[in-house]
Amino acid sequence: MDKFTVHTGTAVPLRASNVDTDQIIPAEYLKRITRHGFEDGLFSAWRKNPDFVLNQPQFDGASVLIAGPDFGTGSSREHAVWALMDYGFKVVISSRFADIFRGNSGKQGLLTALVDQDVVDQLWKEIENHPDTKVTVDLESRTITAGGLTATFDVDEYVRWRLMEGLDDVGLTLKHVDTITEFEGKRPAYKPATA
Amino acid sequence: MGLTLAEKVWRDHVVRSADGEPDLLYIDLHLVHEVTSPQAFDGLRDSGRKVRRPDLTLATEDHNVPTLNIDQPIADPISAAQVNALRKNCEEFGVPIYSLGNAEQGIVHVVGPQLGLTQPGMTVVCGDSHTSTHGAFGALAFGIGTSEVEHVLATQTLPLKPFKTMAITVNGTLPAGVTAKDIILAIITKIGTGGGQGYVLEYRGEAIRALSMEGRMTICNMSIEAGARAGMIAPDQTTFDYIEGRDRAPKGADWDAAVSYWKTLHTDDDARFDAEVVIDASTLSPFVTWGTNPGQGAPLTANVPGPDDFEDASEKLAAEKALAYMDLQAGTPIKNIKIDTVFLGSCTNGRIEDLRAAAAVLKGHKVAEGTRMLVVPGSVRVRLEAMAEGLDKVFVEAGAEWREAGCSMCLAMNPDKLTPGERSASTSNRNFEGRQGPGGRTHLVSPAVAAATAVRGTLSSPADLN
Ligand code: SF4
Repeated sequence: MDKFTVHTGTAVPLRASNVDTDQIIPAEYLKRITRHGFEDGLFSAWRKNPDFVLNQPQFDGASVLIAGPDFGTGSSREHAVWALMDYGFKVVISSRFADIFRGNSGKQGLLTALVDQDVVDQLWKEIENHPDTKVTVDLESRTITAGGLTATFDVDEYVRWRLMEGLDDVGLTLKHVDTITEFEGKRPAYKPATA
Repeated sequence: MGLTLAEKVWRDHVVRSADGEPDLLYIDLHLVHEVTSPQAFDGLRDSGRKVRRPDLTLATEDHNVPTLNIDQPIADPISAAQVNALRKNCEEFGVPIYSLGNAEQGIVHVVGPQLGLTQPGMTVVCGDSHTSTHGAFGALAFGIGTSEVEHVLATQTLPLKPFKTMAITVNGTLPAGVTAKDIILAIITKIGTGGGQGYVLEYRGEAIRALSMEGRMTICNMSIEAGARAGMIAPDQTTFDYIEGRDRAPKGADWDAAVSYWKTLHTDDDARFDAEVVIDASTLSPFVTWGTNPGQGAPLTANVPGPDDFEDASEKLAAEKALAYMDLQAGTPIKNIKIDTVFLGSCTNGRIEDLRAAAAVLKGHKVAEGTRMLVVPGSVRVRLEAMAEGLDKVFVEAGAEWREAGCSMCLAMNPDKLTPGERSASTSNRNFEGRQGPGGRTHLVSPAVAAATAVRGTLSSPADLN
């Protein structure tokens, strides 16, 4: 996983609340068995509408998504995170994220920056008026700057540390393999086995 | 201070805990299916790691599998590739698997409990959000993403931050004809699709105690639709009776030791929840959804609400969008909504009791002209049990289609889909846009309402058939 400290890029205003993972990437795309190449599935139903924000040329190449509350609800599909990242997003800003989506994002290196809804409203306005505004997201100081706007965001402290260090979860856990083995030795005999 | 049920199960699974780090939790059971696992196995291969405990891991094929002609190769090449990848991965990593055609195959959340693998006080995970189903047994069970699947495969543990706890107490007794599905739809409408976020919900109270294990699973299944990570119900005699004698249930002295532990698994009187919700069961009635998230529900006897019925600006907007997508007018009596397809199945309501409830309503009636009904058992065992009871005949005689086991039209990854604009009454758990097929419109209902709807061709309760 790449280390994440500061990211600067243009942004897309997604004026929608309750964007569930079925909208981010429909079930169809879940049939694939690879880890990459999901950019074509991102918001694929909405992208059929030429007016949809991702189809507007002024937002081409954006890497920061600014969404309404309850982003990433519904199915736990991690493909939603892969699709956002494969498309080129590095950061999603919202005033409320679904838990599983947020957890998945942290593991893949997609930053979910939690801000108050009025910050989202201001960012939307700023980006809609000036689509070429550069948005800078600084994980070290937990700040977002865009045009004249500066705001702080919330991110889980542990996730922040892992993102900044670029650390892989499994490797971290396997440092404690002896403790796991010890725990296993004490599990009651009545616990079921699958085989 | 005492502990809640969720806190007790958590405490008993902490492998390692350190300041400023998530707890490392041991996982007792890891269920695997074809959709969320291929990339996890890929990850293991990439890093040269093994599955630590294949004996605590179980795979089944459910999301993609067809429900017709299952003796033939899967026609859709992508579905076939995904199922084949699972088979190959299980073989390579030594993970037990129930494939299509096996008597134990079925939806992962139906298979675990019916084998007796899901037991009180366990930690159960699966790369599927409806893992919350297993909480009905007093297990701490939750959905995980694919990198967590890889993590559990490699280490049999997960680093996790403690959840907050919410008590949902359902007092009193349910009126006749009102079921577990109606309870949970009413709860989600009350607390909203984000209301349970960050919480483990514990369902308590007289009306919950009175439910069968099937009913409890229906409730816990949909905890995720209220935004919660998990739902739990303290185990009691109903739970023990359900587990006893099943294939993987403890036997002999192990059974006694297990039951005496399970009996400690309840929230202490002096424990504190972070939030509490109380519902009076006697006020509930058959409930359906009218919108495009499971929180957009109303009693069957109500009218379709309009944006003006909501105060919150984002709810107003959501209602407006939902009505447009669902092609509904505010003020229309819900009972006048015409239904094209009735889907009975899924991990919410594809168990034997659900099939019995629907068959009891359907018996002696016919599915309405212009309406089709699909009955998809949650597992092969459910299918066989239903056939032994003659339920399949009731469905077929009424004009419904009797299918093989799988997720089917719950998420339309297999050929069972709604066509654009088609409207369904579905016993599944999600009414999201396009969930049952692109452009499809879904109303979530209980099995009894599904059956009555099939007969009348409009959203109906069994009482409407008299
Ligand atoms: S039946 Fe539906 S909700 Fe349940 S596991 Fe299958 S797809 Fe998921």
